[in-house]
Amino acid sequence: MAVPILKQGDVLIASIQSALTDVDLVALRDALVERVASHRTRGVIVDVTSLDVVDSFASRTLRDLAHMIRLRGARTVIVGIQPDVAFAMVQLGLTLEDIPTALDLEEGLAFLAAGRHAR
Amino acid sequence: MRGDEKNFRISATITCAEDVVVARQRGRTLARAMGFSPSDATLVAAAISELARNIVRYAERGELLIGKDDDGMLFVVARDQGPGIADVESAMRPGYSTSGGLGMGLPGVKRIADSFEIVSNSTGTTVTMRKRKR
Repeated sequence: MAVPILKQGDVLIASIQSALTDVDLVALRDALVERVASHRTRGVIVDVTSLDVVDSFASRTLRDLAHMIRLRGARTVIVGIQPDVAFAMVQLGLTLEDIPTALDLEEGLAFLAAGRHAR
Repeated sequence: MRGDEKNFRISATITCAEDVVVARQRGRTLARAMGFSPSDATLVAAAISELARNIVRYAERGELLIGKDDDGMLFVVARDQGPGIADVESAMRPGYSTSGGLGMGLPGVKRIADSFEIVSNSTGTTVTMRKRKR
């Protein structure tokens, strides 16, 4: 299932609509890394509100995605991690390391806007 | 995929990424039906995801059995006839991976399980985990 990627100003927003397979997650990572350049993007938001499970593969892929996008000169924020998913990630010993997170899309956009002013 | 959630038993053949998602979703539903909290049901779903992924990645094909045992615990059995795990002790160490993965799959499952067992040899691997309702 392909994840729709929307553009709002210089931010790309990937809004995950349903449970994703490993194959879908890798496709999303590659699509975002690709599109960062073609749209002169400064920030990327990945909305994981609808993701049913974040296991070791999903957390690794989200981290890789954010690191690749940073190497491309933009910043990534992961938004919408649900309480049950956060609980499970902690129990399983999974982290997103240094990748910024925000409560929801609005907070994510605010975070990226604040970073732009600080630059 | 066969199974009967009402009898707390699911059996599924796992061969691809889609099977992994379906199995974890059904496992979550079963955990909820057994009275697990939403958080613990999500944890069970994540554990199923790890075990099912290992089947696809290392054995290509295998079987998952999820159910309720006589003690009322939820069990997951992941069985395959793949090449087996050469070094089980290392495979259970956080950060160890032979596939370029995170190495957090099996250690994570073990960490959240109330009982955990791996039997692996050249004819295949069977991982069994149990989780008690809290």
